[in-house]
Amino acid sequence: MPLRIGIDVGGTNTDAVVLNGRHVVAATKATTTPDVTGGILRALTDVLPGIDVAEISSVFIGTTHFINAIAQARDLEPVAAVRLATPPQSLLPMIDWPERLLGVVGDHFYVVAGGAQFDGSLLNELDEDGLRGVAATIAAAGVRQVALSSVFSSVNPEPEIRAAEILREELPGARITRSALVGRVGLLERENATILNASLLGLAERVIDGLERVVESLGIRAPILLSQNDGTVMTLDRAREFPIFTIASGPTNSMRGAALLSGYDHGVVVDVGGTTSDIGMLQHGFPRESTVAMSLAGIRSNFRIPDVLSLALGGGTVIGDGGGRVGPESVGYRIAAEALVFGGGTMTFTDIAVAGGAAPIGDANGVAGLPNDLVTRALGVAGERLVAAIERAKLTSGDVPVIAVGGGAALLAAVPGLDGIIIPDHAGVANAVGAAFAEAGGEIDRVYKLSGRTRAEVLESAMAEARGLAIGAGADPSDVRIIDAEDIPLTHLPGGLAVHVRVKAVGPFLSPVAILEGI
Amino acid sequence: MLLIDEAALDDITLGSTVLGAGGGGDPYVGMLLARDAIRRFGPVPLVPLDEIADDANIVFIAGMGAPGVLIEKLPRAAEYERVLRELERFTGITFDYVCPAEAGGLNAVTPFATAAAAGVPVVDADGMGRAFPHLEMVTPTLYGGSATPMVMVDEHGNNMYLTTEANPWAESYARAAAVASGANTAMALYPMTGAQAKERLVRGALTVAAEIGRTIKQARVDHVSPVDAVLENQNGVLLFRGKVEQVERRNEGGWTIGTANLSGLDEDRGLSFVLHFQNENLVAERDGAIVATTPDLIMAMELDSGQPIPAEEIRYGYRVAVIGLPSDPHWRTPAGIDLSGPRRFGYDWDFVPVEGFRR
Repeated sequence: MPLRIGIDVGGTNTDAVVLNGRHVVAATKATTTPDVTGGILRALTDVLPGIDVAEISSVFIGTTHFINAIAQARDLEPVAAVRLATPPQSLLPMIDWPERLLGVVGDHFYVVAGGAQFDGSLLNELDEDGLRGVAATIAAAGVRQVALSSVFSSVNPEPEIRAAEILREELPGARITRSALVGRVGLLERENATILNASLLGLAERVIDGLERVVESLGIRAPILLSQNDGTVMTLDRAREFPIFTIASGPTNSMRGAALLSGYDHGVVVDVGGTTSDIGMLQHGFPRESTVAMSLAGIRSNFRIPDVLSLALGGGTVIGDGGGRVGPESVGYRIAAEALVFGGGTMTFTDIAVAGGAAPIGDANGVAGLPNDLVTRALGVAGERLVAAIERAKLTSGDVPVIAVGGGAALLAAVPGLDGIIIPDHAGVANAVGAAFAEAGGEIDRVYKLSGRTRAEVLESAMAEARGLAIGAGADPSDVRIIDAEDIPLTHLPGGLAVHVRVKAVGPFLSPVAILEGI
Repeated sequence: MLLIDEAALDDITLGSTVLGAGGGGDPYVGMLLARDAIRRFGPVPLVPLDEIADDANIVFIAGMGAPGVLIEKLPRAAEYERVLRELERFTGITFDYVCPAEAGGLNAVTPFATAAAAGVPVVDADGMGRAFPHLEMVTPTLYGGSATPMVMVDEHGNNMYLTTEANPWAESYARAAAVASGANTAMALYPMTGAQAKERLVRGALTVAAEIGRTIKQARVDHVSPVDAVLENQNGVLLFRGKVEQVERRNEGGWTIGTANLSGLDEDRGLSFVLHFQNENLVAERDGAIVATTPDLIMAMELDSGQPIPAEEIRYGYRVAVIGLPSDPHWRTPAGIDLSGPRRFGYDWDFVPVEGFRR
């Protein structure tokens, strides 16, 4: 029977699970190490005894390492942003970025004549000499990562492709990320994602090399796949080029994992971590995606990412004022040293939950002396906040199941107002389970010239193309679903000249063989 | 007189999305353009309509193009600076003030890019009190005001100087030129005197936008419903609370036309609701009865966050409150209804004032 391994590398913990179908064969938690691979090695070493590694069909890894690198502005490289448009531009690359990231990624912006109109015709002749001049400046500045964008490159990628060739000639040592391969329509948002991707490439190379080495060192020969934002996966080779596609995979994996562990496809998922509880809505087994332009660590993007509400309440949340004050401070990852149940001197949410009857963690004697009224008060405050947040996350006012996952899931059993909350077995490693159940997907996001076709025909052909991409990526052809389809005419233009089509198709992997062959 | 700095611009931007009534284009890029100008030239004075001299010269500044294009082919400051100079050259008039044509959407904030660079104040008014899709659909048209002489410029260095016989002609010629340029242009149009402006414009349109923006933000800080806060602050009417079940969109002659069907939530559970839109939301139908129509403002806002959701982006699964706001009295005249009422958009319904709706 083929086994799947799911690994989730979080900021604090690295979780690993071994799955046989939907059955969890082994699960563990290890501490995340700065190099990522040390934590994975420890977690795998923990779950592999008794497992025949030849039975492992695939290794699925989800990581928040890259989004954390962006949030903390560490391990990022300087990037030269080159835009093909009509110079001079007023709204320059990185226009709305937070200072702390500008300082790291730098302020190397260049605009060169080029780009396309909405109908794909040329906006400006590509200024090849100008571009070669820009390349010389980039070389002189010693910047090795280039983010290349072009107006309407999602309609006509040719100017971007040609410019990439020229930059490659002039800058043989540089790596070039092309915007049309990264994002959808919306130049600033696509460019932001392209620049972030470029700044992550060096880190991605190191981390992914490490993943390969550590998995191989344990004798596992199965393919390794990395979780993407939308609940689908990519190969490591692709992840080396496009680490940006992993950045929202954390909440996606935790919600997918909650669905698989609980058996519910609809419901509210509360992922209780050390510092926050992330609350989102599960629909058809997938997270509800956000409806507004999303900020990634303060940077505007147009990625579809799960709509998650973050509540400052986690296992490490500090309790004060005789139980009247709950957070927002948290001891975070230091919980294992500072919480009362671990012999520390700080009263945390974990301590009051254990005192209130949640499954014991650490040494329950550490909280035996807490006054009852303090425990009751603090749990009451936590309960009110959780209930209000769950209400906000719900799509309908009726009863929907509430599923708790994450390292602190068991704590919610002691919180009042959450009667009927589902805390599935292995809730603590839901992220790793979600990672292991990623699907294969295909996405189309493009502006089409109608050229005599009807919109229905264009949409139909885009849907067929997306299905083909999903099947090509390994999805079961009999179970490929279109989970998102829309066509938006570009308004204020007579005759319906162009239409913006977005289609996403996903499906479960056909078989372990399909995983091997499809990707 | 108020000084519009970055913070005030931010409020106007958010509020203008509500006044867009489903259309008007995402003001984000317009805000960035105006913010860039304010950073370079300093805050821009905003002058109440009644404080300007009768013999002052005022002109609308607006972008014309396609909102779906402007997010790729980004507007540039150069065009918003050049357009006013070109109109001055064309007419021989020096303009003392600029003013938005529409306080809803992108065009609420683009005049600030011109004003900051030219060193002229913005008038706290507009020609709609909302957004409409045609350039003749402004309150000055009701008083015989002419859209021309006007100038349209694009980023390729082209300038179009236009005089027309009637405002619908100005719309036709300008639209054709905007498409030819690649659907992103800047215009200076409807030159008028202070006296005419006081007679014809919608007073305080930008302070209303700023107030709506501030109200939404404050409600979010206070953890109260932004929708309820806007309703209270703007004398609005809650038309429906529901979930989007189906969206039908088509393109006719360049306009996004269609309907969104909603099913009720909370006290509207069991009821149905249809939002009819042509770029902007134009008619609201609640359980088969027309409860609001253009020129009154009909807006869908996300239930929890209060985020206004444009007609172009409304999708299956959104949970929204649909609110109605009364339009400016200029529009609620026979001539106003004739120019901007439901029949003007081809619907076989009469204007229904939104405040008549009772649950």
